[in-house]
Amino acid sequence: MSAATASRRGSAARAERFGRAVRLWVTAGPGLAWIVAFLVLPSAILLGIGFFTSGSYGGPELPLTLQPLREVAGYSILGWSSGNITVLARSLIQAMSAGVLTVLFAYPVVFFIVTRPPAARPLLLLFIVLPSWTNQVVRTYAWMELLGPESALSHLVQSLGLLQPHLGLFPGVLAMQIGLTYNYLPYMVVPLYAAAEKLDWALVEAGRDLYASGPRLFWNTVFPQTLPGLLSGIILVVIPAFGDYVVPTLLGGGKSMMIGSLIASQFLETPNWPYGAALTIFMLVFTCAGLLAFRALSKRLGGAEESMM
Amino acid sequence: MAGPLVSAAMKAQHAASGPEVAERRGQIVLEDISRVFAADAIAVDRVNLVIHPGEFFTLLGPSGCGKTTLLRMIAGFETPDSGRILVSGREMQAVPAHHRPVNTVFQSYALFPHLSVAENVGFGLRMRRIARAERRTRTRRIMELLQIDAFAGRNPAQLSGGQRQRVALARALVNEPEVVLLDEPLSALDAKLRAELQVELMRMQKRLGMTFIFVTHDQHEALVMSDRIGVMQRGRLLQVGPVLDVYERPSSVFVAEFLGLSNIWPVTPLPGGLIETPLGRLAIGAPDPARGTAMIRPEKIWMYGEGGAPAGRANLLGGIVREAIYMGASTQYRVELENGAPLLVYDTNNQAAERSWRPGEAVTCELKPENIVLIGA
Repeated sequence: MSAATASRRGSAARAERFGRAVRLWVTAGPGLAWIVAFLVLPSAILLGIGFFTSGSYGGPELPLTLQPLREVAGYSILGWSSGNITVLARSLIQAMSAGVLTVLFAYPVVFFIVTRPPAARPLLLLFIVLPSWTNQVVRTYAWMELLGPESALSHLVQSLGLLQPHLGLFPGVLAMQIGLTYNYLPYMVVPLYAAAEKLDWALVEAGRDLYASGPRLFWNTVFPQTLPGLLSGIILVVIPAFGDYVVPTLLGGGKSMMIGSLIASQFLETPNWPYGAALTIFMLVFTCAGLLAFRALSKRLGGAEESMM
Repeated sequence: MAGPLVSAAMKAQHAASGPEVAERRGQIVLEDISRVFAADAIAVDRVNLVIHPGEFFTLLGPSGCGKTTLLRMIAGFETPDSGRILVSGREMQAVPAHHRPVNTVFQSYALFPHLSVAENVGFGLRMRRIARAERRTRTRRIMELLQIDAFAGRNPAQLSGGQRQRVALARALVNEPEVVLLDEPLSALDAKLRAELQVELMRMQKRLGMTFIFVTHDQHEALVMSDRIGVMQRGRLLQVGPVLDVYERPSSVFVAEFLGLSNIWPVTPLPGGLIETPLGRLAIGAPDPARGTAMIRPEKIWMYGEGGAPAGRANLLGGIVREAIYMGASTQYRVELENGAPLLVYDTNNQAAERSWRPGEAVTCELKPENIVLIGA
């Protein structure tokens, strides 16, 4: 082999490596740039802001300090308060309740749809998904009317003696729960529907053949098959509901804040950017930890891996 | 082996229901069963059938003949539009699937993918709230019997087709049902494994003494395994009988053809035990045949080389071999008779290979009168 062919071969290899690199950057580049510009950079800036001192107009100023993080833990110049723990607990309870409630609503709806003729199913599913195509703020405002003190629903609850006259279901924790459940229901229905549509009904028959009926039949033959969809749905509902801003702001009122509205108020009302940034970072870490814990749990439950994002 | 598998509880139930019911344990009676899916789609058409206790009964027919629908009605997955089903003498009309004394082996096996082999097998016992200790003993015993105890901890996805089939069978048998329903359970397996499992299924059935109702479209499978066969076509039960009867004396052209190749001709009866056929005039065993159809199975025809035919026999027909298909144990010949009519003949290859006939050779075929079967109209 002559030196000339060897060097030609070497340059061919270099050209191919170059071509591969170009292809990689052309295909993955835009997405990567997007993530860096709109996720990594803002998060890094936010993380940085969390260590500054809050200026007189709430903006970040030097010197660097751990005060915002201490505030997240509940320590302020006025001493320790349980306020943040309450907000965190409320957010968690509301989000998890939304998860449970959407599951309870979604199962009957989904099984109603999958037992209809195939041609009718997409239309029925559309009725569930359609509202989520309209603006969330508009839909949430509608609930303010429906749950307000003069609404029929509030009158009904008042007449049952469960609510004092002239008080409405809105604003409050219950209104928030209704709003969250309503808004996130499609995110439970769609993955559950995807799982239920592929359901192997022969397994249900096998269950009946082997003496199972009613709830035991459901639990032993239907539930395991829909578990992957259920787990996806829980992630799609609980995580966004946990950080939701629109519902707690509009339906919760000042007394029942959730973490999303607490963060927003640090930027829009109080203002205290470093504290807001520290809260955001805390929430991110908390959510990621929760997601990992959930993933470990669902793996043990035998949920399919594809259900995890 | 059947003894220890019958639980004390079942024996008690047995004794309580009296000797008459005990005799019918495992018996299936179908009275005028019909199932209509649509006005032009009658799945099962007025079927009457009694399946005896401890019998291996096969419902045989082409796909869409209603055999699976019939099985599903016995299992309770479908409701007959008319008629009665009795299992062990008890009317099943108001009994839901999960209370019927039958268990099914599904065509797709329908094993629970999220449960291990042992959990699959023990599922029925768990649903019946049988105590854990008894459950474990019975599950282990049936898994040993079917040689799947080595896979007890595996998931169905980790098993081969044959192993899954055994798990499906074990899952049904462990419950000691009065009747086992098998919906084409071997159709997904390759030929060799299938032959093995056929024998094993038969052995298992005789050993446990349960009634087996087996659904298949494979006539060979039906012949090998069954005590009796019911042949179905378009929702109707055409003929029911022991394997030998149905094969040797089919009651219709459909049954004759479905169970194997045959030579079938329309015939006109003549006086003196003769019939007029496209092959010529033939003597038959039975006296005074009605006008109708006659049949002879290809393996029932004797073939001789030139000059080899015994003299003085009835129904000797000369012809020329037109086609010879060598099939190992036997050869299938297509013979063109002197009057031009075709005749299909199987000959066992019990001679040296050189002694079989080749296309173009002249032969004489003997159709013994007793081998000619009259089918009727």
